[in-house]
Amino acid sequence: MQNQQATELLFELSHPGRRTHRLPECDVPVADAGSLLPANVLAGEPPPLPELGEIDLIRHFVNLSARNMCIDTNFYPLGSCTMKYNPKRHERLAALPGWANLHPLQSDDSCQGMLHILWEMQNILAEIAGLDAVSLQPAAGAQGELTALLVAAAYFRDRRENRSRVLIPDSAHGTNPASAAIAGFEAVSVKSNGKGLVDLEDLKAKLDNRTAVFMITNPNTLGLFDGQIAEITRLVHQHGGLVYLDGANMNAILGVTRPGDFGADMMHYNVHKTFTGPHGAGGPGSGPIAVRSVLAPFLPAPIVVKEGSQFRLDYERPKSIGRVRSFNGNIGILLRGYCYIRTLGPDGLREVTENAVLNANYLLACIKHAYEVRHGDRCMHEFVASAQQLKRMRKISAMDIAKRLLDFGFHAPTVYFPLVVPEAIMVEPTETESKETLDAFAAALLQIQKEDAEFLHDAPHTMPISRPDEVKAAKEPILRWKP
Amino acid sequence: MSYVLNTGPDQKAMLDKIGARSLEELFAFIPPELRLKRPVQVPAALCEIELQQHMSELAKVNRSADDAVCFLGGGSYDHFIPAVVDAIAGRSEFYTAYTPYQAEASQGSLQAFFEYQTLICQLTGMDVANASLYDGGSAVAESVLMALSINPKRTKVLVAESVHPEYRQTLTTYQKNLSTQPVTLPTPDGFLDPDALKKAMDDDTLCVIVQHPNFFGCLEDVEQLAKICHERGGLFIVSFDPISLGILKRPGQYGADIAVAEGQSLGNPMVYGGPYLGIMACREEFVRKIPGRLVGQTTDRNGKRCWVLTLQTREQHIRREKATSNICTNQGLFALRAAAYMAALGPQGLKETASLCLRKAHYLAEQLQQIPGVSLRFRRPFFKEFTIQLPGGVPGMLTRILQKGYHAGLHLGRWYPSLGNCLSLAVTEKRTRQEMDGLATALTAEWKGKIIAE
Repeated sequence: MQNQQATELLFELSHPGRRTHRLPECDVPVADAGSLLPANVLAGEPPPLPELGEIDLIRHFVNLSARNMCIDTNFYPLGSCTMKYNPKRHERLAALPGWANLHPLQSDDSCQGMLHILWEMQNILAEIAGLDAVSLQPAAGAQGELTALLVAAAYFRDRRENRSRVLIPDSAHGTNPASAAIAGFEAVSVKSNGKGLVDLEDLKAKLDNRTAVFMITNPNTLGLFDGQIAEITRLVHQHGGLVYLDGANMNAILGVTRPGDFGADMMHYNVHKTFTGPHGAGGPGSGPIAVRSVLAPFLPAPIVVKEGSQFRLDYERPKSIGRVRSFNGNIGILLRGYCYIRTLGPDGLREVTENAVLNANYLLACIKHAYEVRHGDRCMHEFVASAQQLKRMRKISAMDIAKRLLDFGFHAPTVYFPLVVPEAIMVEPTETESKETLDAFAAALLQIQKEDAEFLHDAPHTMPISRPDEVKAAKEPILRWKP
Repeated sequence: MSYVLNTGPDQKAMLDKIGARSLEELFAFIPPELRLKRPVQVPAALCEIELQQHMSELAKVNRSADDAVCFLGGGSYDHFIPAVVDAIAGRSEFYTAYTPYQAEASQGSLQAFFEYQTLICQLTGMDVANASLYDGGSAVAESVLMALSINPKRTKVLVAESVHPEYRQTLTTYQKNLSTQPVTLPTPDGFLDPDALKKAMDDDTLCVIVQHPNFFGCLEDVEQLAKICHERGGLFIVSFDPISLGILKRPGQYGADIAVAEGQSLGNPMVYGGPYLGIMACREEFVRKIPGRLVGQTTDRNGKRCWVLTLQTREQHIRREKATSNICTNQGLFALRAAAYMAALGPQGLKETASLCLRKAHYLAEQLQQIPGVSLRFRRPFFKEFTIQLPGGVPGMLTRILQKGYHAGLHLGRWYPSLGNCLSLAVTEKRTRQEMDGLATALTAEWKGKIIAE
């Protein structure tokens, strides 16, 4: 069932004179553009977009979609990305016209249902975080990080403290140092110790009165909960700094422990990960932040407040850092997150975490005799194996394994991250997978490490393409089709 | 309920394999004193029927653009979304996939994003487009970060006051701790006066930011402004309206160095402000400075044409604190929607859509000016949005007009104290003559008694 059409570009399929969308006749007695606007602002010709009939357009994109792996077709154990099932009911409910067709600037009294949900979402996210106040505005996790760091900067400015540095463990996501730089801080790396946790001595050596924030991912990117966290937060606070929790791994601790309870002062959520907004091949996400009450005055405006039985957007926040985007946040994703939390309830949230951790540990137990997992026998919701031995002994790399897994019908784990593990293979099964799926995946991993190295270098063997030339792509970038 | 599949016996078998006695044991990493000793306090679980009832009830409380005719604009518009857009974006192969890091398993998304980049280049007349940013506001902020990395020695950022107030607020937030120095250029006549720009420009000017058509709906003298900006070596950044490019000159034709936009109008629902689509395009020479994902064409080991994420050394996961931006997750699904939308319209469809917006907006403006005391606030050419001066206070009037079934417009006094009695209205291709006449009648009734009484 090969379909050649799928690989042709829209522009190659274009046929002058064809079109999909047609418009009504103009029903007002007004002349056309030429008489309404000065000639020098008009383009003459419209943009040279492709011209396609409806069935061509549909066939093109439907055939393209078949060239993707996705959660609905394949197990997708992409570490750090929490690729859990996206419930179908969310799609239907978020598309109700009463949500989808609301204008962001319509009056508060004309969207009380919306404000009600957003207000509830603020409270729910504060409770799960163990923190006091929430901004729903940030569009994704990285923007949440930036927002929180700007809040921290405003807090210190307000206290007339000049603090210029943000400390970040070397195992952190790349967004952490990038966000710190944009917030105007100097990013300082803190080492990991032999157990994959924060090296306390290195942290102590780097903490001083220049420290604004210590950013920590806990559980960290190795899938380990850093049990030193109480000591870490005590040390940071002792030096007058704030502790930021990167919430990428919240799936591992829902209802079990709360960032606020272990000393974090602020955090972001990835609603699209933990509370299952579909990832859309790279977004949209949603990255709300939660903070302690001392930081609340600095949150972006507006915030939803309740007065009597009425809800309204509160813009009168004189110490606010301002906005980090236009309008009110990635509402469509927040609605889905809300539906998910309401479906789970308190017990369901804990069940998510227990089974996410169980599934990861089970998979770890199934493969650890064959793959080196440097940091211990147990993990939280994900673990990081290493192909370093395989590479040394048999020239089989993490990339070879990742690519070969595709032939078995499994999406590849995250590879070469975190940077502190050579030949890293980062596996996060999530709670929505069954034991049978995990068994099949483990069997594939065990088979692959016995396969012929040359055969693996050429993997995948069954996908539409194999081993694209990335060097060429970067050296002579072709970023658009040209006639 | 949760979506967990593990049964009791499954869990038992898995724990045995792990060598753990209980689920609790798996959390041994977490010191007991840090654990939550009570259930987390969220509302009790709802099954699908209950959830549907709950969400429908709350949704009905809202007065959406389906319940009242929408003349609201200001960056979010009630344009029509062809069914093909929902059908394409509703393919779960697209919407439940992740960022296409594994090219072999993501050719569908990668090719769609390559097509999106091309369509944006065609739309704007620019050389390079990225695979999306968050929204129109943060796209403006990112464009300044980009300008700064192109020309780190300059500090002054000139922004016309006619740029969307929320975009300017976003920009201010992003710039707070950077070396740049924001300067707002007043636009008392509803547009940026080229002479005022000339006076404000100096050799320390990093960039000039204008919106065209601007927040009041007026067209700016973009060609002249670009020329003035370039004469002093500044970068010209324009925030455009994608639909307007069905008839207006493209940013690449009038000398924009970086073109950004809110892409909501390209097939994306309003949904109370997001998710939307940040569009960014630039000139070829800045390709290594552009933030966000880029999809490039290459060949695989068998020589087949294919697509990959490329120039990743600009990005945070490689460059960390030296990256061009901190952006990671972007708006992939909405870039796909925009691509499907542009392909569904084609050149003629886009031109006709723009033309309908333009003509209907001018019709409504004509009708409203018939009302005694109502006038156009600015004597400038406009596209689909315009600003009127009203004879009395706006907020109470808006509530009354909404009761008659119209989201009449945006009260500009909210952002511009000098425009206290001004309303901006947006007219899309969806608005009918009947709806516009209805609004005019409602507004006429609103002022009639009062003006006679006065």
